[in-house]
Amino acid sequence: VAGAGGGCNDVQWCFSQVKGAIDDDVAEADIISTVEFNHSGELLATGDKGGPCQPAPVPRGVQRVQAPSRATNPSSDYLKSLEIEEKINKIRWLPQKNAAQFLLSTNDKTIKLWKISERDKRPEGYNLKEEDGRYRDPNTVTTLRVPVFRPMDLMVEASPRRVFANAHTYHINSISVNSDCETYLSADDLRINLWNLEITDRSFNIVDIKPTNMEELTEVITAAEFHPNQCNTFVYSSSKGTIRLCDMRASALCDQHSKMFEEPEDPNNRSFFSEIISSISDVKFSHSGRYMMTRDYLSVKIWDLNMETRPVETYQVHEYLRSKLCSLYENDCIFDKFECCWNGNDSVVMTGSYNNFFRMFDRGYRQDVTLEASRENSKPRSVLKPRKVCTGGKRKKDEISVDSLDFNKKILHTAWHPLDNIIAVATTNNLYIFQDKLN
Amino acid sequence: MFPKGTKRKFSDSADDPAPEPATPLQRQSLLDMSLIKLQLCHMLVEPNLCRSVLIANTVRQIQEEMTQDGSWQLMTQALAAAQCPADRLVASELLCRQTDPAAAAGGPKPYALVGEAYQEEEEEEEDSEECASEGEEGEQVFGTFEIKHPPPGPDPALEELFSDVDASYYDLDTVLTGMQAAPKMGPYDLLESLSSHGRISSFHIIYYSMNTTEARTNP
Repeated sequence: VAGAGGGCNDVQWCFSQVKGAIDDDVAEADIISTVEFNHSGELLATGDKGGPCQPAPVPRGVQRVQAPSRATNPSSDYLKSLEIEEKINKIRWLPQKNAAQFLLSTNDKTIKLWKISERDKRPEGYNLKEEDGRYRDPNTVTTLRVPVFRPMDLMVEASPRRVFANAHTYHINSISVNSDCETYLSADDLRINLWNLEITDRSFNIVDIKPTNMEELTEVITAAEFHPNQCNTFVYSSSKGTIRLCDMRASALCDQHSKMFEEPEDPNNRSFFSEIISSISDVKFSHSGRYMMTRDYLSVKIWDLNMETRPVETYQVHEYLRSKLCSLYENDCIFDKFECCWNGNDSVVMTGSYNNFFRMFDRGYRQDVTLEASRENSKPRSVLKPRKVCTGGKRKKDEISVDSLDFNKKILHTAWHPLDNIIAVATTNNLYIFQDKLN
Repeated sequence: MFPKGTKRKFSDSADDPAPEPATPLQRQSLLDMSLIKLQLCHMLVEPNLCRSVLIANTVRQIQEEMTQDGSWQLMTQALAAAQCPADRLVASELLCRQTDPAAAAGGPKPYALVGEAYQEEEEEEEDSEECASEGEEGEQVFGTFEIKHPPPGPDPALEELFSDVDASYYDLDTVLTGMQAAPKMGPYDLLESLSSHGRISSFHIIYYSMNTTEARTNP
């Protein structure tokens, strides 16, 4: 079970594989925009910013994840992937109900439901057709032959099943499937809509924060998510660092929140950038549903749903950037939207940083570690060495100073396998998969 | 570090040094940078409402602080005194617009620029009444907005900001506002004026909106 048996520093993370272009020349189309394991952990979906008809050196789409027990030679067990020709901002898997898998994907304005199926056999032995599919001249056919299924390389296929369009004026930032498996929400900068998965021509608006006069706009919605087991509850975060929890039973339009989570400002740390760095870029419920995690520019916070006044835990991701906020405002890095994720048993949380670093925080053992996703560290089964940023004074060997950090190398998207210690980490245009050495 | 802000960050670390107060120059520089960013929001391939709102809020914070210590009023007076002929490019709407007489006492609001930046996002929900009301304040809308400050060193971040600005952007604005005789001001002119040495540099903000220019040219 992920996280059990020791703190995150006891886990030895090994490189498993990497997908994507080797060179640093990144086309807009190649930028990975989302990474998501399905509920069983067997499939991993990635999206990128490329539109249709774009060549895709990064295998976007869905691929089968290798279970740890089958990991003999990572480099030869290529994960079969398929390409979904879409610009994708977010992907969310539906809980599996039958043999087929379904996922929701969204671009800026439209959500689509996809059916994902795997094929590992194909019919062979037609004698009515040529190899290329053309029908043979019936006069040449002299025998009756029934095609048989023969094994083939595993292939993953996706077909669009529903298109949910024309409900968003602003850019969609979140989608979230309800635990009832019948509805889902989609959120843009100012509104949240509720959909039925079967009904594409109608959605219900459940949150609307658009002011009558747009000039009075000072706050936008940044993320939203349904509670993992209470189908009436969802949360949404804002650019002012607040999280509102809403109960759909209370009223049709959930402009009135049931709870509002907000940490008081620290007067000692106020600056012109305080609001920007408090803007929440991601919110994720724990698997248990008891906690939620938020990511703002410098930290990760864990909130107990029963306490609105302050988070129960705060983890500093890269506090050394606090003195660099002006430069980061100049180069726009301060607006980067980092995501965060929980491990399977909610004991460890993970988020990305700059210089292709990513961070893990063990909640129980109070440990944290910084690791790096890079081609240099990518030999099969090589163990990742913890990294350290030198914040001042004498720089030790193997430490990297703050001024040497590469702010173009940012890890915004990470995902943790729901059951095992397998993680997917997306750099700008490469997808890394790491797993616990014990596997 | 800049001392004044509105929002949260509870630091549990006693090691953080107390932030130093922002000098007026730093604050002015931040204001300039923010205004440029707001302008360039229009030109982003993917306009980002969240980013625009955050930058606009930052501008508001600076303006509030400058109003409190009197420097905002000094700046607006300097602008009025340095009023240039109408053939210079615009954007005083940022400062001069006063939609609410009660708010006039507290100083002008930079909402207009922000408001119109958001208008672009809405295709179907164009508020035509709003455009009409802007046309009424036509006298105040045009003017020159200059921030004069001692020349800073060459700013690589600004250079990068302007490195791919399309010069035709300024031409279109000129044409739409009916100022045919306006001198062409390419991106590098602006850059030059910002990073000049040894003389007062001035900074022109060009305000351009898809929706309001129609209102202006068709009073």
